[in-house]
Amino acid sequence: MSNAITIKRGLDIKLKGSADKVIGNVPPSDVFAVKPADFLGLTPKLAVKQGVEVLAGDALFYDKKNPDVIIPSPVSGEVVEIKRGAKRKILEVKVLADKEIKYRDFGSVDPKGLSTEQVVEKLVKSGLWSLIRQRPFSIIADPTARPKAIHISCFNTYPLAPDYDFIMEGKQALFQKGIDAITKLSDKVYLGLNGKTGFSKPFESITGVEVNYFKGPHPAGNVGTQINKIAPINKGDAIWYIAPQDVMTIGRLFESGKYDASKIIALTGSEVKGPQYYEVLSGVKISAVVQDKVSNDNVRYISGNPLTGTKVEDNSFLGFYDDQITVLPEGNQLKFFLTDGWFGLGLKKFSVSKTYFNWLMPNKEYALDTNLNGELRSFVMTGEMEKVFPFDIYPMSLVKAIIINDIDAMEKLGIYEVDAEDFALCEFTSSSKINIQQIVRDGMENLREELY
Amino acid sequence: MKFIENFFQGIRPDFEEGGKYYKWATPYHTFFTFMFTPDYVTKKGSHIRDSIDLKRALFMVIIALIPATLYGMWNLGYQHFLAIGETASLMENFWFGFIQALPMILVSYIVGLGVEFLFALKHHEGLQEGFLISGLLIPLIMPINVPLWMVAVATIFAVVIGKEVFGGTGMNIVNIAITARAFLFFAYPTKMAGSKVWIDLAGETAADGYTGETALAIAIEGGTEAVNAAGMSLMDAFWGHIPGSIGETSTVAILIGAFILIYTGVGSWKIMLSAIAGGSIMALIFNWLGGSYFPDNLYLQLNWMHHLVLGGFMFGVVFMATDPVTATQTETGKWIYGFFIGLLAILIRTVNPAYPEGMMMAILFMNIMAPMIDHYVVEANIKKRMKRLKAAQAAINN
Repeated sequence: MSNAITIKRGLDIKLKGSADKVIGNVPPSDVFAVKPADFLGLTPKLAVKQGVEVLAGDALFYDKKNPDVIIPSPVSGEVVEIKRGAKRKILEVKVLADKEIKYRDFGSVDPKGLSTEQVVEKLVKSGLWSLIRQRPFSIIADPTARPKAIHISCFNTYPLAPDYDFIMEGKQALFQKGIDAITKLSDKVYLGLNGKTGFSKPFESITGVEVNYFKGPHPAGNVGTQINKIAPINKGDAIWYIAPQDVMTIGRLFESGKYDASKIIALTGSEVKGPQYYEVLSGVKISAVVQDKVSNDNVRYISGNPLTGTKVEDNSFLGFYDDQITVLPEGNQLKFFLTDGWFGLGLKKFSVSKTYFNWLMPNKEYALDTNLNGELRSFVMTGEMEKVFPFDIYPMSLVKAIIINDIDAMEKLGIYEVDAEDFALCEFTSSSKINIQQIVRDGMENLREELY
Repeated sequence: MKFIENFFQGIRPDFEEGGKYYKWATPYHTFFTFMFTPDYVTKKGSHIRDSIDLKRALFMVIIALIPATLYGMWNLGYQHFLAIGETASLMENFWFGFIQALPMILVSYIVGLGVEFLFALKHHEGLQEGFLISGLLIPLIMPINVPLWMVAVATIFAVVIGKEVFGGTGMNIVNIAITARAFLFFAYPTKMAGSKVWIDLAGETAADGYTGETALAIAIEGGTEAVNAAGMSLMDAFWGHIPGSIGETSTVAILIGAFILIYTGVGSWKIMLSAIAGGSIMALIFNWLGGSYFPDNLYLQLNWMHHLVLGGFMFGVVFMATDPVTATQTETGKWIYGFFIGLLAILIRTVNPAYPEGMMMAILFMNIMAPMIDHYVVEANIKKRMKRLKAAQAAINN
């Protein structure tokens, strides 16, 4: 059974530096790390001490409030450093990898024959439960709950996003195995497929799931959009979601009994020489991937995509859920008003509105930098958000309710249906340069603290 | 450009916190960010941002106002020479109007920006761009014979009471320029209405038989026929060589501005279209009422198309009703808001015996109603959500 759903409001941002369809290897790197900040709402409690030897799949830390939520080590080796920040907050747990990775054996078994409890137990034990997250709040799912549905978006519409059809090619069997396990967790598992291409080889033949095709501009590929178009989240509901490569990781766990943390990521961005795909292990050092591939020094490294990714230094590490590294020019230059600034024709600038003449070149790919392109202002323009926001929600009303921290109004205006990333385009187009994603994230954190 | 950049960068530390000129940071910052989009980079959220900022968006409104402003200047001269019974060339007409209008524009900008500077200095903030538009709109909706000191007083009133007490740009309830006009309208009514204020005779005597009345004032007495007889037929009014406030007379010039606003996405076409629809419907109702029941009331019978091109209707629809801060914020709300502006403008115009125009009152009234319209539009969305929640809960309970 499949449905075609069209998204009308949204925006595809065409950037320079999308990845060529080649998978390369990165030179073996020594240190890998997991960053507790990647897990929203998780209070890390260390399971290891500095100097201890771990196997791939051993717990590095777990959630203080819910000890079943374990974060596993992607490699085997010695825990060399626990990097802490202000107030002794744990920033990174670093593991010096062995030359030959040794795995903790969780036992290979066919998930088809297991009960729900057995599947949950296996995922919790191996730490791979951390790959499953829930909406609202984008926190790791509660192992004791049973969600209304599980959603897997099988395409990515962010600017410069990796192509999952390419990444997953020829890996149907592993993906199917992961799906077999996941279908035990909920009565409904949905796959969201790209309606633009209409046919997606790796995902087409998967069984046990309901397939929907989504057509239209970004955020058609966002799991939040897909959930909303199928059945919006009500207060009290929980919907789970998981990324396609992580489904495969779960498939590998059942196939081999090991936590194999390898995944394919895209190295993208206008400042990358020869952008392409690389096979890496989760938690890889950014510099190990980007070394000798960046054209200048004044750049920003992003773990993730340009709209929602995290700013990192090159000696930091790939985010736990990220499958993309983007390198963009840092925009820390002044722009003279007559030539590059607000008064000019703006042939080199990109704007969704037609206030600059870039609309003459609809197919141009841009090398956008990280300049804010203006200053923070009050809300003045209206209707900007609505053009790129495909939800049946009044975004400006919701954002204003969050700013004044009116929990009752937030609930009524539909905060459970959204997450910060769903507002990324609203933030991109804002002429008042308001950091809307941060506002929504803060609002959701406040709300979660009220509720739990 | 490098030397300007070096100059501004060189003195930058003096104006930052702890610098010796820190208390003058507001003017420095305002000039600096006027000359250069600052080197601020994204810190949180999306790493890339659209090139539009408030400066660019509001600059588009200024561009959209240029045709109406230039035409208005020409028309001031044209009306002047018509009134004294002389003929003049295009440039003579324009030059006369330019000299008349420029002081009003300068006074409005200098006084308004001055007040804004004082408030920004007090709060130690940069200047927001909102007044760049209000500063041009205020003179464009004034009769030419308003003394400059009155423009100054009205501007101060509008900026302080209309805007700053509410928190500045983006926070005001009613349109700034309309506030300025309404202030003068109630404080100095003799300078804002009648047949003497629209034409600047510049000390000369009017030619025989010249009245200087606006088309709407004539229409009250004599309806469509009298307006046509006075040389203000539908096409005359559409092109705009009729007496009136500086910017309001030419529908063609205003429509060029409307096209710019709509095409760039800065002005809402929904408000404009629904306001024209509202005005047309109201005028058609009056045409029918007048024809069937009140044959003596000739103003009711003023042709509906004529209503749209006379007075401040089109100017208000395109440049004032679409002010995003004071209009409704929701897209559905914009349809309702615009429709009632058009409808009320013609209603007030036609049934108010004291004054022949109604656009200002209609916009003021709907500015105040806008939050309520938004409230009900959003409430409908909330109701839908609550209903869905109830249905879901009922399904669980059964």
